[in-house]
Amino acid sequence: MAAIAERLTSIWEETPGLASWLTTVDHKRIGKRYIATAFTFFVLAGLEAMAMRIQLARPDQAFVTPNAFNQLFTMHGITMIFMFATPILSGFGNYFVPLMIGARDMAFPRLNAFGYWVFFFAGLFMSFSLLIGKAPTDGWFNYVPFALTHYSPGMNIDFYGLGIIFIGISSTTGAINFIVTIFKMRAPGMSINRMPLFVWAVLTTAFAIVFALPSLTVANVLLELQRLAGFHFYDVARGGDPILWQHLFWIFGHPDVYIIVLPALGIVSTILPVFSRRPIIAYPYVALSVVAIGIVGFGVWVHHMFATGLPQLSMSFFSAASMMVVIPSGIQMFAWVITIIKGRPVFTVPFLFVIGFIVTFLIGGLTGPMFAAVPFDQQITDSYFVVAHFHYVLFGGAVFPIFAALYYWLPKMTGRLLNERLGKLSFWLIFIGFQVTFFPMHIMGLLGMPRRIYTYQSGLGWDVWNMLSSIGSFILAAGILAFIVDYFLSLRRGLPAGDDPWAADTLEWAISSPPPAYNFESIPHVASREPLWDQPELPQQIRRGTAGPVLDEGHATVATSVLDADSEDVLQMPGESPWPLATALGMLIIFSALLVSNLGLAAAGLVVMSFGIAGWLWDTGDVTSG
Amino acid sequence: MRRFRAPMLLVAAAAALLPACSAGSPSALHPQGPAAQRIDGLWWFMFWIALGVFAVVIGMLLFGLFRRRKGGESVARGGGEKAVVLLGIVAPAIILTTLFIVSMRDLNAISAPAKSNALTLNVIGHDWWWEVRYPQQHVVTANEIHIPTGKPVLLHLSTADVIHSFWVPQLSEKTDMIPGKTNRMLIQADHPGIYRGQCAEFCGLEHARMSFLVIAESPSQFQSWVTTQSQPPAPPAGSAAQGRRVFLHSTCVSCHAIQGTKASATDGPDLTHFGSRRTIAANTLPNTPGNLSAWIEDPQGIKPGALMPPAVVEPRQLQALVTYLEGLK
Amino acid sequence: MSSSFAATASTAPDARTRESGWWGMLLFIATEATIFGILFATYFYLRFRNAPVWPPDGIKQPTLGLPLLMSAFLLTSSIPMHIAELGVKRGKQTWLKAGLAVSFLLGVGFLIVMLGFEYPEKLKEFTAQTDVYGSLFFLITALHGSHVFVGLVMNAWTQVKASRGRFDERHHLTVLNVAAYWHFVDVIWVFVFLTLYFSPRF
Ligand code: HEA
Ligand code: HEA
Ligand code: HEC
Ligand code: CUA
Ligand SMILES: [Cu+2]
Repeated sequence: MAAIAERLTSIWEETPGLASWLTTVDHKRIGKRYIATAFTFFVLAGLEAMAMRIQLARPDQAFVTPNAFNQLFTMHGITMIFMFATPILSGFGNYFVPLMIGARDMAFPRLNAFGYWVFFFAGLFMSFSLLIGKAPTDGWFNYVPFALTHYSPGMNIDFYGLGIIFIGISSTTGAINFIVTIFKMRAPGMSINRMPLFVWAVLTTAFAIVFALPSLTVANVLLELQRLAGFHFYDVARGGDPILWQHLFWIFGHPDVYIIVLPALGIVSTILPVFSRRPIIAYPYVALSVVAIGIVGFGVWVHHMFATGLPQLSMSFFSAASMMVVIPSGIQMFAWVITIIKGRPVFTVPFLFVIGFIVTFLIGGLTGPMFAAVPFDQQITDSYFVVAHFHYVLFGGAVFPIFAALYYWLPKMTGRLLNERLGKLSFWLIFIGFQVTFFPMHIMGLLGMPRRIYTYQSGLGWDVWNMLSSIGSFILAAGILAFIVDYFLSLRRGLPAGDDPWAADTLEWAISSPPPAYNFESIPHVASREPLWDQPELPQQIRRGTAGPVLDEGHATVATSVLDADSEDVLQMPGESPWPLATALGMLIIFSALLVSNLGLAAAGLVVMSFGIAGWLWDTGDVTSG
Repeated sequence: MRRFRAPMLLVAAAAALLPACSAGSPSALHPQGPAAQRIDGLWWFMFWIALGVFAVVIGMLLFGLFRRRKGGESVARGGGEKAVVLLGIVAPAIILTTLFIVSMRDLNAISAPAKSNALTLNVIGHDWWWEVRYPQQHVVTANEIHIPTGKPVLLHLSTADVIHSFWVPQLSEKTDMIPGKTNRMLIQADHPGIYRGQCAEFCGLEHARMSFLVIAESPSQFQSWVTTQSQPPAPPAGSAAQGRRVFLHSTCVSCHAIQGTKASATDGPDLTHFGSRRTIAANTLPNTPGNLSAWIEDPQGIKPGALMPPAVVEPRQLQALVTYLEGLK
Repeated sequence: MSSSFAATASTAPDARTRESGWWGMLLFIATEATIFGILFATYFYLRFRNAPVWPPDGIKQPTLGLPLLMSAFLLTSSIPMHIAELGVKRGKQTWLKAGLAVSFLLGVGFLIVMLGFEYPEKLKEFTAQTDVYGSLFFLITALHGSHVFVGLVMNAWTQVKASRGRFDERHHLTVLNVAAYWHFVDVIWVFVFLTLYFSPRF
């Protein structure tokens, strides 16, 4: 057995050192990077939020200027949505989808590296704006005409328009990569109805990205053409229409919120059964609900525009659609709860975060259909009640699962367990802090407090609730700090995790922690939905090289058929490559050049990018490769 | 159990506190007009449904977490589908259909009829103040909307620049003011009173200080208000007359209008009857001589970014100017 | 563009199956198609906002002469491309090279007519800065034109590789993907034509 390991290591191990740090295509290293980078953005955006909470703690304060406040809530929103929530989840996908489906890498490893670099550069690009005090000031949905040059001169809005187009490239390539990986690289025998629910979620999300993101890209291309090149799309004077932006944005915007939450729900459906010590209830219903949410989510965008004076008929249609999306969420909610009832729960830290998720997401979910009721939405839209809703669903629906995932999967990634007691402390601070921060926002909203105001007069009944909320945000921050501390301590003092600390059911736990470069000594043949529970001997067989093909000639992995995962083919995977980085760098130059409208520089960037692509393509897809 | 006290308590707190804590607050839950009334009803309807669903799910969760398990209780594979279908599909479908029907009924009830012979006025959003026009009555004012009680009033909502949103929580739903279109909306106040409104769509630097007042008066009081407002103000005398001279000879006239003078610009609020208004700069300050001179001297200090430059007049002139403006009843 | 090469990042196809690179290209085309779809939707949305006069500002109805000529070039160019595809699958290198070359020339013809005649024609009447109609017209046509250009670059690239005998019956994913992309660009043109040149007449 050791022999196999050594042979595979010599094939898959990347040469250590800075060079390979820049050229790596290993999905595990890339996944870790996604997670680390995104979490850094989370802390950044969180600190921005803290600044807002301090400013709003009491009426008529001047902790920040109006302009600074507008930059803060805009960057907070953009960073949390585009640079934290979405990428950190694709980080988990990057690291664990191949492991869960028994593959040795993503379908397109170099495209994967490229996707990370683009995300990284685009994130820097947008965050840089805050550094120089020129951050966008029009909120994360950036309505026109305020976003047009006449009302927003200067490059603030261009950071948004260009940055969003830029980061979108990363999401798109990532999505395509996930779809092909999941379609073609599942271990033999892992037919579509045996896929882990997390994989179902990532797959659905990827499709949603493929069809939703173009709308955002187009919206911003039109915006930048109007801002930088004098085109006309959004200005009434020349036949344009500001509502066009709202449609284009929300056609993406609503699917996007499900793009964020679906992988998180997938995480819950992965972790919850493990700690209920039983397979999830009604797996087919849950899988179909995930897909249904992804599809119906495309038909509800107008519920963000109920106050714009649209015809009643269209409003009633989108109201009905918005209520329909509730049902698949309900199915999952009850599947989870009944799974717990029918199981034997063990209260580990990841499980606590899952419970925190259920409570919080439930509350946030329940306010959703309230907005779907048009008259209530027209009363309450753009108030703090909305802010409350989306933090309950975003933080409750995505961030709690993300912390659950961190506590659940970090041991696999680092090989070390985190500290239970610190973890519990962190959970309680985060859970209580969260409720204290955001529950009062429902009340503020009902008391008529609009969102995006840098200050407010006293005597309107808002003071108490704002103070309470600000206090809560500090408890919340403490909880997150506790996690950060716990993590760094675990790196030094954490107990060894072993292969499978949680007695879990999915394939990533069949291999050592951290996993070897080649993931699996032999590609297992999967015979059930919970392989490790139904085939306890599997880990041994994988190690011994008797679970399935070993493939120890070149970067090889198995390709299987889309539905039944019958093995079809042996794929040769490319190795380390500098081209993805070069290509992404070229793009960074192009976007920076557009920002300062310097066409010469843009041309230079184009050259760099073309070189990158050329080098990349030269020896692929034909005789000489492999 | 401890685990869930926080949210439970908060929900209860909400139910208890919402009505309580809203004295003097523009609370949607203190409805003073038919539309707000209906929405308030819709809210409580949904609130109790939501609380019910919450209780069921949390109840099941707690049961699942803490029920005693028999020693050798085996963990069966499948099972539970029926419950999932029943609780996750059937029940929600029923609840949501009901909710949909109720909300559509309310929507019809509150939305403005295609034609209406109600009192009609135009409200135009500006960065960052509200222009208010009564076409039939030839009244123009700002940041203050007078309406007669007990009658529906039809608003034509439009904007002079970016998107704003007209919102008086106690009277009715909100409606955006969007370039290139005029939205219609009904408001009505059942009782005399002063109802606070505020811009609800982000519109730039002073979105936070773009507020206004709706003043509902008995129809007779409203009539007399209209009569005074539709006439030019009484000619000023003494220092006020000097103040008028100052006004007409400084930059003010390039932005403001005062009926009966040559000042007729519309970039800023109409000041014809400024003295009769309760607030300065879109409900940023109470309208007192002190605040007014402060505002005229340094608008940016009071409302950073407001589109009004500081005045270049020396103290004595400022005094006169203030006397004049405050005299414009 | 960013991920057209995604398509080619894997190898060793097998008669029985579509290899992952092909799926990659398919999905890339799906996003691209969505982008165009949204642009067409935008076009009609703004058209009906501006109804009844369209084109606005006294801009004349677009004439069909040149666009029809362009269509002739582009649509026929798909045939040699298909021949090239069949060629490589059957190991007929000459079919491959000739097909690519002819298709390339027809594509160049399209761009020449577009940039050399159609655009100057239009620019005499209106520009992208004139109004929303001009903006839509030039954005959509230019975006499609740039896709044709990219297609040509890919084509040239493939010809170089073909001339170095990099393809055979089993290894020719690049060819399949370049062909798929090219057919896609042609199909999009049909919609561009119908939307920008044809629909204003109704
Ligand atoms: C993770 C992100 C996420 C999720 C999951 C959701 C979930 C939902 N959202 Fe939310 N939403 C946002 C993120 C999200 N939202 C954001 C970011 C905004 C604001 C954007 C901005 O303005 O900045 C927003 C705003 C928003 C609006 C517009 C408000 C406004 O601005 O005026 C509406 C209106 O319909 C809405 C509806 C819904 C609905 C119906 C759901 C449903 O999917 C919820 C379904 C879940 C449940 C209902 C709970 C579980 C179900 C049961 C237990 C079954 C029984 C339940 C019933 C019978 C009710 N959302
Ligand atoms: C996933 C999405 C997400 C998340 C997690 C959060 C998290 C938080 N959000 Fe935000 N929020 C949004 C998405 C999100 N938000 C969006 C989309 C908007 C709309 C923007 C717009 O209107 O355009 C918004 C708007 C928004 C507003 C309204 C602004 C306005 O309308 O004027 C407020 C106000 O309180 C707020 C607060 C917070 C707070 C206190 C947190 C807290 O949970 C933050 C917690 C995190 C931290 C506090 C950092 C933790 C780290 C530390 C402090 C550790 C110590 C530091 C080091 C070790 C370096 N958010
Ligand atoms: C460049 C245009 C401009 C000039 C010049 C200008 N104003 Fe103004 N004024 C405004 C605007 C815009 C507002 C609304 C500010 C706000 O509320 O955001 C305003 C508001 C006011 C208000 C408060 C009106 C209300 O009902 O809230 C008063 C009073 C006023 N101006 C007086 C003056 C005087 C006196 C001068 C000359 C010394 C002057 N203004 C010069 C543009 C101008
Ligand atoms: Cu006007 Cu906000
Ligand atoms: Cu939505």
